[in-house]
Amino acid sequence: MRKSKALLFEMSRPGRQGYSLPSNDVPEKSLDELLPKKVQRTKALELPELSEVGVVRHYTELSTRNFGVDTGFYPLGSCTMKYNPKINEEAAALPGFAFMHPCQPEETTQGALELLHNFEQGLKELTAMDRFTMQPSAGAHGELTGLMLIQAYHRSRGDHKRNKVLIPLSAHGTNPATVSMAGYDVVQIPCDDRGLVDLDALKEAVDETTAALMLTNPSTLGLFEEEIIPMAKAVHDAGGLLYYDGANLNAIMGYTRPGDMGFDVVHLNIHKTLSTPHGGGGPGSGPVGVKERLIPFLPVPLVSKEGDRFYLDYDVPETIGKMHSFYGNFGVAIKAYTYMRMMGAEGLKEASTDAVINANYLMSLLKKTYYVPYDRICKHEFIVSAKPEKKKGAGAGDIAKALLDRNFHPPTVYFPLIVDEALMIEPNDTEAKETLDAFAATMEQIARDIDEDAEKVAQGPYNTVVGRLDEVRAVRNPVLIWEKDKE
Amino acid sequence: MGGKHYLPLTDEDRREMLAEIGVESIEDLFSDIPKEVRLQRELELPSAMSEYEVFKHLNELASKNKHFNNCVSFMGAGVYDHFIPAVIKHITGRSEFYTSYTPYQPEISQGLLQAIFEYQTMICQLTGMEVANASMYDGGTAVAEGAVMGCGATRRSKVLVSRSVSPLYRAVLDNYFNSRGLDVVEIPIKDGYTDRSELEKKMGDDIATVILQQPNFFGLVEDMEGIADMVHSHKALLLVSADPLSLPLLQAPSEYGADIVVGEGQGLGVPASFGGPLLGIMAAKSKLVRQMPGRIAGETVDNEGNRGYVLTLQTREQHIRREKAPSNICSNQALVALGAAVYMASMGPQGMREVAEQCLQKAAYARESITALKGYDDVFSGSSFKEFAVTVPGEPAELNKKLLEKNILGGVDLAPFYPELKNTMLFAVTEKRTKEEIDALVRELEGWK
Repeated sequence: MRKSKALLFEMSRPGRQGYSLPSNDVPEKSLDELLPKKVQRTKALELPELSEVGVVRHYTELSTRNFGVDTGFYPLGSCTMKYNPKINEEAAALPGFAFMHPCQPEETTQGALELLHNFEQGLKELTAMDRFTMQPSAGAHGELTGLMLIQAYHRSRGDHKRNKVLIPLSAHGTNPATVSMAGYDVVQIPCDDRGLVDLDALKEAVDETTAALMLTNPSTLGLFEEEIIPMAKAVHDAGGLLYYDGANLNAIMGYTRPGDMGFDVVHLNIHKTLSTPHGGGGPGSGPVGVKERLIPFLPVPLVSKEGDRFYLDYDVPETIGKMHSFYGNFGVAIKAYTYMRMMGAEGLKEASTDAVINANYLMSLLKKTYYVPYDRICKHEFIVSAKPEKKKGAGAGDIAKALLDRNFHPPTVYFPLIVDEALMIEPNDTEAKETLDAFAATMEQIARDIDEDAEKVAQGPYNTVVGRLDEVRAVRNPVLIWEKDKE
Repeated sequence: MGGKHYLPLTDEDRREMLAEIGVESIEDLFSDIPKEVRLQRELELPSAMSEYEVFKHLNELASKNKHFNNCVSFMGAGVYDHFIPAVIKHITGRSEFYTSYTPYQPEISQGLLQAIFEYQTMICQLTGMEVANASMYDGGTAVAEGAVMGCGATRRSKVLVSRSVSPLYRAVLDNYFNSRGLDVVEIPIKDGYTDRSELEKKMGDDIATVILQQPNFFGLVEDMEGIADMVHSHKALLLVSADPLSLPLLQAPSEYGADIVVGEGQGLGVPASFGGPLLGIMAAKSKLVRQMPGRIAGETVDNEGNRGYVLTLQTREQHIRREKAPSNICSNQALVALGAAVYMASMGPQGMREVAEQCLQKAAYARESITALKGYDDVFSGSSFKEFAVTVPGEPAELNKKLLEKNILGGVDLAPFYPELKNTMLFAVTEKRTKEEIDALVRELEGWK
């Protein structure tokens, strides 16, 4: 299976050409006449030189060294790697969307603005929010936008003492990082032995310095925060706001809505819940929705409608400003809107239903072999702890590598941090029962393999194009670009 | 039922699965949601449609828009109508790439990791920097995050930004800094360029970073000579937002001493897509790598000594460092960066130089032709790369309306960004424009008013 792959630079041959350009048909001037000598580049431009077929074969081979949802089951917890419908891609590639300039006159962008308007109406209904901005380009960018809105709200009321944001220990790493970026301090709230936010600890922590509580519900443990009503009350009573991290909204569509639970601001990861592809690390999109009282602070422009006309609305009196050079990842919004129109209300609810059935079913299969620390009804995902296997010599990371050899993408490992040897498993709504059965059988086999020869499992994977990679070496001796002289 | 074909469970499957779980009904799986917050009705959303109906609807919306395929565009301001080789969408359309997640499991993600490593290398080749990350969201957020990075590296909390840097980027920068309690001070412009004496006056030992753009927002080529020395004498950093397509012709930022290079990479084969997804480029000197936000791929070996690639230096990042991370960025624009890498690999040094030269020549021809007309004057003098500002004899919006009748997307009105620049437009001319198209624009301008 081991197979090395040359880099572009190693295949380059001087004089080889992979492009075709129209010729210059305007009267040509000398370069020095157009550009003073001193601003001209003197450093040689070293880019690879390949033919078109060379480029295509290189990247095609690279693609075969990569695993996507279209390759196989991808139960990466909290990342919601559901199937990415192909019609989404076709829609976003329509020239009437893909080749639009963001500064075009309004009368030439009516279709795009109508789409954004319609999409916003859908998101408002899905979340019980009153207005959305599409500018945030990813979930973390949405979080930052949301906290900036909360900050602007408190500041507008002359309330400057709120400098803390509360976050449960089970939260995504982006939450605390965002809190720091917005200039706030983090207060961590522990979880109780059910895996839920410790309500007493929360009540203890809220006071007049609380700007907000950031919460993912269902949590990263896949559990619904049942005490959301008293939690929301405690935060609101202290003058704080509630921020909803929408990473896990895919579990509850049509069942409950963040706005109805008491949240004031939400972001959605539409590359999770609404089926747009993750692209190997983006582009995502993280629209942010707010309740009425936060509308005056939203980034400009919003998309508004007057009669039959849609327009970019800069009339937002206390706007925080801009989060993106233009209007966010419009191309991703097209895909999510396409999905919403395909699914309709009933289809979205059914997607959540099936995500929850699949997660609970897979949990009940796996708990016959593995330790499930929170053994109760889950939502879209659940946690297995490989602590017992670790004692035998192969932990969560080793189980992940063993799955690679069997054509499964592993679950998220070592997260959430509050569970030792965590495997966070999210099977999604788009997987068939047979797939889950096969995955569970494979996991059982891996458990038996660990019993027989844990050392062998700990040395995997064996069937991949490269073996286990030395991440420590990559950090100690960073090689971050290819350099000619070093080869 | 909509979207049924995306949901494989049959009714029989669901029955069997509920039995295995040990519950009576689907409702039992949602009993943990308190009644008070349960939605007691169905969502009020448009009904599901078939794939054909949805596509028809989307196609109807798309056909209401004008675009580069049915208009001739002279719009710029950060997003341009550059040529996009056909290979790009075929490669980014490989579903092993676009349906994958961030490459956390390197052994089955070698394709994307190697592609990112190659992208980083090519960005460094263009900019002359030593490290690059896997991408930021866009040019604006790259400027803001680069400025934050400069504050982290110098442990200072104030930056200087030239007013010739894109006002769109400065708006994002202001927002990021205002929230975090950091200071942004503007350097005024003089005749369209960064005012050197004002920059020197405002410079001090409390400044973390000086932020310039090359070519600047007006398309003018700034004189960078001596700036880095002055900035470095205060132990501050020079951050430059550069158009990557200008770099085959203009000095690599390393040649004039830049420490951090950011930029909008849309010109590298990325569809304009109404302003997003775009591509934020970020590169720097290697001593700054620990403060750099975002994903970075690095080379290593496997347990048999084979070369391979991993995401590295992750202790910088939010999932490890949580509140101490320099940025919260997680998902970036990886697939767009892949497309940009395919672009650079396809164009090579010759192709990229030819694109840059054609931009330069064609923009110069257009600028000369337009400013020869009565009522149209150069606002600023000096070399421009592919954009230039001219005064027009009336309201820019009216002119654009007239141009639209001929299917021309005209220039960008500068007054919303620079109130002092009334009746002034920024025209962009890329390698795609022909002499005939430029001449047609000139004829329309001549006949106006």
